[in-house]
Amino acid sequence: MSETENRSTGASSHGEGPFIAAIDQGTTSSRCIVFDKDGRIVAVDQKEHEQILPKPGWVEHDAAEIWTNVQQVVAGALQNAGITKADVKALGITNQRETTLLWDKATGEPVHNALVWQDTRTDTLCRELGRNVGQDRFRRETGLPLASYFSGPKIRWLLDNVDGLRERAERGELLFGTMDSWVIWNLTGGPDGGRHVTDVTNASRTMLMNLHSMSWDEKICQSMGVPMSVLPEIRSSAEVYGEATGDLAGVPVASALGDQQAALFGQTCYAEGEAKSTYGTGTFLLLNTGHEAVNSYNGLLTTVGYQIGDDRPVYALEGAIAVTGSLVQWMRDQMGLINSAAEIETLASSVEDNGGAYFVPAFSGLFAPYWRDDARGVIAGLTRYVTKAHIARAVLEATAWQTREIVDAMQKDSGVELTALKVDGGMTSNNLLMQTMSDFLDAPVVRPMVAETTCLGAAYAAGLAVGFWSDTDELRANWKRAAEWTPSMDAADRDREYKNWLKAVQRTMGWIEEEN
Amino acid sequence: MARTIQSLERAAAVLRLLAGGERRLGLSDIASSMELPKGTAHGLLRTLQQEGFVEQDGATGKYQLGAELLRLGTSYLDVHELRSRALVWADDLARSSGESVYLGVFHLQGVLIVHHVFRPDNSRQVLEVGAMQPLHSTALGKVLSAFDPVAHSEAVDGERKRFTERTVTGLAEFEDVLEATRTRGWAADVEETWEGLASIAAPIRDRRRMPVGAVGVTGAVERVCEDVPVAVAAGAAATTATGVTNVTSGAAGDVELRPMLVAAVRDCARAVSRDLGARRF
Repeated sequence: MSETENRSTGASSHGEGPFIAAIDQGTTSSRCIVFDKDGRIVAVDQKEHEQILPKPGWVEHDAAEIWTNVQQVVAGALQNAGITKADVKALGITNQRETTLLWDKATGEPVHNALVWQDTRTDTLCRELGRNVGQDRFRRETGLPLASYFSGPKIRWLLDNVDGLRERAERGELLFGTMDSWVIWNLTGGPDGGRHVTDVTNASRTMLMNLHSMSWDEKICQSMGVPMSVLPEIRSSAEVYGEATGDLAGVPVASALGDQQAALFGQTCYAEGEAKSTYGTGTFLLLNTGHEAVNSYNGLLTTVGYQIGDDRPVYALEGAIAVTGSLVQWMRDQMGLINSAAEIETLASSVEDNGGAYFVPAFSGLFAPYWRDDARGVIAGLTRYVTKAHIARAVLEATAWQTREIVDAMQKDSGVELTALKVDGGMTSNNLLMQTMSDFLDAPVVRPMVAETTCLGAAYAAGLAVGFWSDTDELRANWKRAAEWTPSMDAADRDREYKNWLKAVQRTMGWIEEEN
Repeated sequence: MARTIQSLERAAAVLRLLAGGERRLGLSDIASSMELPKGTAHGLLRTLQQEGFVEQDGATGKYQLGAELLRLGTSYLDVHELRSRALVWADDLARSSGESVYLGVFHLQGVLIVHHVFRPDNSRQVLEVGAMQPLHSTALGKVLSAFDPVAHSEAVDGERKRFTERTVTGLAEFEDVLEATRTRGWAADVEETWEGLASIAAPIRDRRRMPVGAVGVTGAVERVCEDVPVAVAAGAAATTATGVTNVTSGAAGDVELRPMLVAAVRDCARAVSRDLGARRF
């Protein structure tokens, strides 16, 4: 108590330096957050960048704009904190995953806009790459199905479709990177000796890395048509890659983690069987499976969770839900049933149950564990009795049931029983949703005190690399429970409701007839 | 017939005009349909704009109805909106104070807990969202009674039950506590509701300075109060008060609250209020 007391001079108070700064290069914005030794936020700065949409389904970012923004938010965060680079012991990086960039080694100029993870232009290419085997052609080596998100096919698309790129790549003039590599290369000097590296978590999303050897897979690179000379060196998630130059000259650049992996790290899920779920427009659930890369037979991804320095890598199973927060936004913007996202809880709380209605938001098909692009959304079980409040309830239940389905798939694949689910993201302020989740999972749902788990994860990894924190046990001690919801649902009710939900899911499938 | 105020009638006419068919009108359209000089119409629009009843489109310069009108129709603040706005600040208050944080609103003669952050010591705690607390004896309740007139009349007219030796039940004494709360801007509860527990709370206001809720910390009296004498914990005689601002009066006398906790609670309440002020539809 005495320690917290000394710091409690105001809500914005923080401990004495030194500090760790974390850069979150995200899909819509770049942010920098400065953390103190207790893992508390000292200062934040954020800047959005342009979403470039040249055609339906195409999404690009201007990487030069992103690098400018990153420099600005780092300077802004230090200024807001009232500190200088001398107070910053290390810089960590977390980033939107899979977004793909090629740039000129000599000039540092991007040769094309970055292709963002959401960009679906490689759909056809991915089908072609599957040949007679299908989307699981590279799953054994990479843990991933052939899908348009991942970087490898995006590199191929750029080399095939932008004039002169393949020749330049083969002459060794180009470098490839996900946003972690781009930021680190620029931070550490760019054309003047910048370090061309990536970490194991980001590399595991390229579809070019062998999960078991943690190195680029020559055969896959060849099948994919990616010259290995463009690829960065694969390093651990927490080590000093180099020292920053420019405004931050001398500060060690000491971590890189894909955003969802960083959230896993920030939620201190360091033991096998620990899982976190981040609720944004979509939802990503990651389960730590220890030192074993668990193959999934239930539609999940196998990915690298993190690797600290020379330690053995820790693997994870990942399940993604496409539509969660965005369903609430849809109720607000398209249906006009609520004025703000938070009001969904008010409307849903005005009734006792779903009135028999089930809402499966398969707006762009079903993700894990089904992976059906022929599915479309359904509201099932409608009668004259059903009101908009019941629909609101069904909306919240949809997020909870989808979480349950991912958790079930993870338990089947890993054999690990989930003891508690750590949650973060905007929807955790929805009390009814969190209670419903706990009821449907029949497990406690726990919210930590720091909402910014993604940046925190990158800061933790960087701090470990430079000895700012001694080990993961120390980080665990920083994790504080802010709220916990425990199950209070009758087992028979849960089973009946789950059955109904699964029935509704079946109704979504096969809606789109054989597209070609 | 009583005199009416011409400018108010004209303002109402402007609003009706903007609510009708076209919805977005330029200054000259408005002036000509109301048969007013442009200068007069502009004065009306500028005033309505300041109050938020009218908004001007930056690009076209045209006028339309403002968000404030929507808010008048649904004048209450959604409690779940309040919680989502307060989340980050309440977490920070729990971390800096080391105590549990509660956010309450006035509801059915009492305080409804709409948000609760655990004491950050990772001990087993139960989420108390949805629980009710009394108006007259808790720090949250006193803040709401002091600043919200409806809560005030409920607290004054309703039964003020005695929970402990220190509960204030007499009307005059209760009004004194509320007056002190208004003056200093926060309230406390030192073993007036629960033996061994003390709380500090401050009001959350929206952008019109209306009190919409209260936020506070609750913890063991030994941690929340300065140098708690055995006497207080036992519910007996008063201690010497050294300051005016952090002294609270219970039925059994005065106790000093930790100034740093008071400051942290008030900072949190201000931060949430600021966030609500920035709120737009």
